[in-house]
Amino acid sequence: MVACRAIGILCRFSAFRILRSRGYICRNFTGSSALLTRTHINYGVKGDVAVVRINSPNSKVNTLSKELHSEFTEVMNEIWASDQIRSAVLISSKPGCFIAGADINMLSACKTPQEVTQLSQEAQRILEKLEKSPKPVVAAINGSCLGGGLELAISCQYRIATKDRKTVLGVPEVLLGALPGAGGTQRLPKMVGVPAALDMMLTGRNIRADRAKKMGLVDQLVEPLGPGLKPPEERTMEYLEEVAITFAKGLADKKISPKRDKGLVEKLTAYAMTIPFVRQQVYKKVEEKVRKQTKGLYPAPLKIIDVVKTGIEQGSDAGYLSESQKFGELIMTKESKALMGLYHGQVLCKKNKFGAPQKDVKHLAILGAGLMGAGIAQVSVDKGLKTILKDATLTGLDRGQQQVFKGLNDKVKKKALTSFERDSIFSNLTGQLDYQGFEKADMVIEAVFEDLSLKHRVLKEVEAVIPDHCIFASNTSALPISEIAAVSKRPEKVIGMHYFSPVDKMQLLEIITTEKTSRDTSASAIAVGLKQGKVIIVVKDGPGFYTTRCLAPMMSEVIRILQEGVDPKKLDSLTTSFGFPVGAATLVDEVGVDVAKHVAEDLGKVFGERFGGGNPELLTQMVSKGFLGRKSGKGFYIYQEGVKRKDLNSDMDSILASLKLPPNSEVSSDEDIQFRLVTRFVNEAVMCLQEGILATPAEGDIGAVFGLGFPPCLGGPFRFVDLYGAQKIVDRLKKYEAAYGKQFTPCQLLADHANSPNKKFYQ
Amino acid sequence: MTTILAYPFKNLPTTSKWALRFAIRPLSCSSQLRAAPAVQTKTKKTLAKPNIRNVVVVDGVRTPFLLSGTSYKDLMPHDLARAALTGLLHRTSVPKEVVDYIIFGTVIQEVKTSNVAREAALGAGFSDKTPAHTVTMACISANQAMTTGVGLIASGQCDVIVAGGVELMSDVPIRHSRKMRKLMLDLNKAKSMGQRLSLISKFRLNFLAPELPAVAEFSTSETMGHSADRLAAAFAVSRLEQDEYALRSHSLAKKAQDEGLLSDVVPFRVPGKDTVTKDNGIRPSSLEQMAKLKPAFIKPYGTVTAANSSFLTDGASAILIMAEEKALAMGYKPKAYLRDFMYVSQDPKDQLLLGPTYATPKVLEKAGLTMNDIDAFEFHEAFSGQILANFKAMDSDWFAENYMGRKTKVGLPPLEKFNNWGGSLSLGHPFGATGCRLVMAAANRLRKEGGQYGLVAACAAGGQGHAMIVEAYPK
Repeated sequence: MVACRAIGILCRFSAFRILRSRGYICRNFTGSSALLTRTHINYGVKGDVAVVRINSPNSKVNTLSKELHSEFTEVMNEIWASDQIRSAVLISSKPGCFIAGADINMLSACKTPQEVTQLSQEAQRILEKLEKSPKPVVAAINGSCLGGGLELAISCQYRIATKDRKTVLGVPEVLLGALPGAGGTQRLPKMVGVPAALDMMLTGRNIRADRAKKMGLVDQLVEPLGPGLKPPEERTMEYLEEVAITFAKGLADKKISPKRDKGLVEKLTAYAMTIPFVRQQVYKKVEEKVRKQTKGLYPAPLKIIDVVKTGIEQGSDAGYLSESQKFGELIMTKESKALMGLYHGQVLCKKNKFGAPQKDVKHLAILGAGLMGAGIAQVSVDKGLKTILKDATLTGLDRGQQQVFKGLNDKVKKKALTSFERDSIFSNLTGQLDYQGFEKADMVIEAVFEDLSLKHRVLKEVEAVIPDHCIFASNTSALPISEIAAVSKRPEKVIGMHYFSPVDKMQLLEIITTEKTSRDTSASAIAVGLKQGKVIIVVKDGPGFYTTRCLAPMMSEVIRILQEGVDPKKLDSLTTSFGFPVGAATLVDEVGVDVAKHVAEDLGKVFGERFGGGNPELLTQMVSKGFLGRKSGKGFYIYQEGVKRKDLNSDMDSILASLKLPPNSEVSSDEDIQFRLVTRFVNEAVMCLQEGILATPAEGDIGAVFGLGFPPCLGGPFRFVDLYGAQKIVDRLKKYEAAYGKQFTPCQLLADHANSPNKKFYQ
Repeated sequence: MTTILAYPFKNLPTTSKWALRFAIRPLSCSSQLRAAPAVQTKTKKTLAKPNIRNVVVVDGVRTPFLLSGTSYKDLMPHDLARAALTGLLHRTSVPKEVVDYIIFGTVIQEVKTSNVAREAALGAGFSDKTPAHTVTMACISANQAMTTGVGLIASGQCDVIVAGGVELMSDVPIRHSRKMRKLMLDLNKAKSMGQRLSLISKFRLNFLAPELPAVAEFSTSETMGHSADRLAAAFAVSRLEQDEYALRSHSLAKKAQDEGLLSDVVPFRVPGKDTVTKDNGIRPSSLEQMAKLKPAFIKPYGTVTAANSSFLTDGASAILIMAEEKALAMGYKPKAYLRDFMYVSQDPKDQLLLGPTYATPKVLEKAGLTMNDIDAFEFHEAFSGQILANFKAMDSDWFAENYMGRKTKVGLPPLEKFNNWGGSLSLGHPFGATGCRLVMAAANRLRKEGGQYGLVAACAAGGQGHAMIVEAYPK
């Protein structure tokens, strides 16, 4: 839990959403150029309409690869040359995906910006030809239409999309540190207006079909069909194709106009944007906002604005040129590499490496209806798991059930659910005070208070009522699972599932296996986590596992820095400007000072001076004065209901004064303070890999970014070492070691990497 | 005395048929098959069940079904229902006091007469000692009213039941918005002037926006026409097929009307207006005319139009059902038996209107019959697309295997036996009243065209469905 209430704030941070857009890209690279038949695209002619079907082989999604690109050019040239064909329909053969974007591997294989620019220009050329096509082309969209896929669709004369949940449109390139590089920056503003286009490109948000229709991004919607004479998905695709063909014919016969009637607001916005002064103001406003949010750490958003501006102010030729050049530059940046690395890591952490469990978990029971327990319940019931939420008291249970309901109801307000769906989802939840029904449970997750004897008690109680196959999972942030399992009759069925708060927002799940945990238990826990929509890292048991253990030394350094007289506000701004979504002092307040103290003491005992630096007395004194952070209204800051502004808690001055230490001027520059925090984090992370707590660096990066808010632009501690240079980090650590002592001693694995520059965590 | 006499009389033809079948069977089949219910031959068993009372339809009537907003527009629902009841009294001359119970179906309820059965019964001059209740089950409300009656008779609770249904779409309850209602209710409770003024100060103009009832599913918010269009698309039913089917319905209805076959219609003298004697929605058009209409729900490319959908209708129906022995004792010559029936339900989103497909095989199996045994099919026609989608579903092995848990398809009802006197598309569809019309059409067709069994089936909002076997009463 150390790992954070606060980090819900992360989710506001746009770069984080990357990782939400499902299956943005595939790493499919079947280079079978020898084959004469086309493998990615084929087409048939129905009447005078060519139906072009996109189907990347051996993959769940279609991606814009070189092969697809060249086959598409070929096919379109044939269509344009044919006398029989008067119009065309573009459709995917895969029900869940139109085109999910460009092939990331194709981009990361490029060595120079020029190569990338060239790829972008090739795409621009064919799409420009498509835009100017004398024969109308209709894009029939079902499933994800993202990035290059959307750029292709908006180059067509007409777009028809299914109103399926899977159908989403968007340009998420910014989340990978890039920009829409196939004419998107130029066409989108013309199509949906500058403000909406900038919003799409800067946030990378996914837009559902009905919203896209309102924005003018698609021209017609097709309702998904139910069962008929064929499976629903298959028939829906056929129907979409049929409808698209009628429209293609209508367009060719000029019976249908591709022009759309704009609403009044749209017309007014469009008119306003013709005034240069207004445009300048819009650019300025957006730039200001972007600078504030990214703190200059992410180059892509500013370049996007720049490219859009160039296109509008200097004409589209200049715009296209600028787009392709900036695209090339961006793909080569460290930030882009870090974000793409996270993307790959996330794909990896969405797989169950233990395979399918023997028995699917259908009935889940959760002990403790607190923030965590109720959060876990919420992400379970909406995936159709029958869930029992048990608490010791009626008030606790009420609060928990209300939390679940509120979470679902908020989705209703956002129109992501209907009230009817909410009610039927909520009926999956049973709240109770006793162990009734536990005899049917396939898995029990306990989220009771972090106290070993309490955990032992519930484990014994639960084991008395659950069936043999039932798994007992413990949601703890620091208590070693093997200690919890010590009282179990069947330790092979005990596992740790460390969720992060707020559970419905935080994507990470840290699964902790002990020596005795069976493979099937692990497989089952991962299967449940994946069902709950989590990104999962699997780590070995140990004090603090991986996430809490990395955070603790950094927190120790936070205390040290505060003791040295750095103002909490200053510390917050230093950490956020380094890329952390939440300032370090605020983080302590959000986590809860008592929790932080608890963890600091526990881990301090185990790890000794490596976790030293700050004086835990600071936390002890804060707790004794009741400064527990946000939950008690006072911590480093003062929190008041309804007041957004945070004021420093002046009562802290005396505590800080009593523990004041003189700063060491050699290691107290702003940059040094930032690096003191980050290097301790990174050093501990590498140590976890060295000790085998972590199985792979990728999991370490995902855990740090998704669970602890490690700056996404750095890609996680391991990526950071690779990109920044192990030697430089070790140098820094040694400098701080000289000033402070052993807590900064670089671990062996990090030293090895520094000694041989060819050694990388990611090859 | 008469009752005792009636028993052997009624059983006579039955036993003789069985005897006949047993006599024939050994000639054609192996002896092992003898035990299996043999239903292929034209000589069929009756569906009477041992120890269960037979329920018969003595007769049934309905008011003319009118397009909503025409001659009935100034009435209230119970006025229409009363007209059907008086019509039934007139037609059957049943003494009012022998009626044990009255049940009516309705869908869009007039709040003032929420138990419309009781209000109509009192107005129609039934005994005030006869209880009445109202049921609702969307388009199969009248079916529910009848089968409730069947249950009451079969279980021995009642002997004589009047069942019926009514719908008045010309007037529907349009409510104040929730906010306005809340304000008004709070005002009611306010004690002091100050409280009242503070409540009134909360009033906003948007409170006055009214709430309209929609023919939409509550669970999915999808209108039925929209769902029908998607259903038609799912089964690849073309616009032309739908228009052709609608034209068939109108043409057959016209023919039946002209030939005077719609004998269940009783004239209704609308107060202050002319007497209404016939349905006014029957309008056979041409395919060319129909093709010109724009889609009504999925615009601009859908296939369901005003011409191939049933229209909003006002109308009421009523039917007199009795225990067989009671009917015979009273000297009636019943028209038909009401036999096995079945209610089904499925996904209200994607299978909203597939009720008949699911209910038909189940009720046939329950009765031990096959499609071939049915001489008159009377299906409720909500939309042409819905009927044709049901046909395609019934004719599909794939659908039967994947969605119905059957090994083979249900089979297609032969069109020449199907809704021969028109259907809801042409005659109209007052939601609460259609069920009785279907049963009477089946019964009257069996009498007119010959044949023993009729099958009534209908779909209803909520993804529900119903089917019932109507057996002709031996002449």
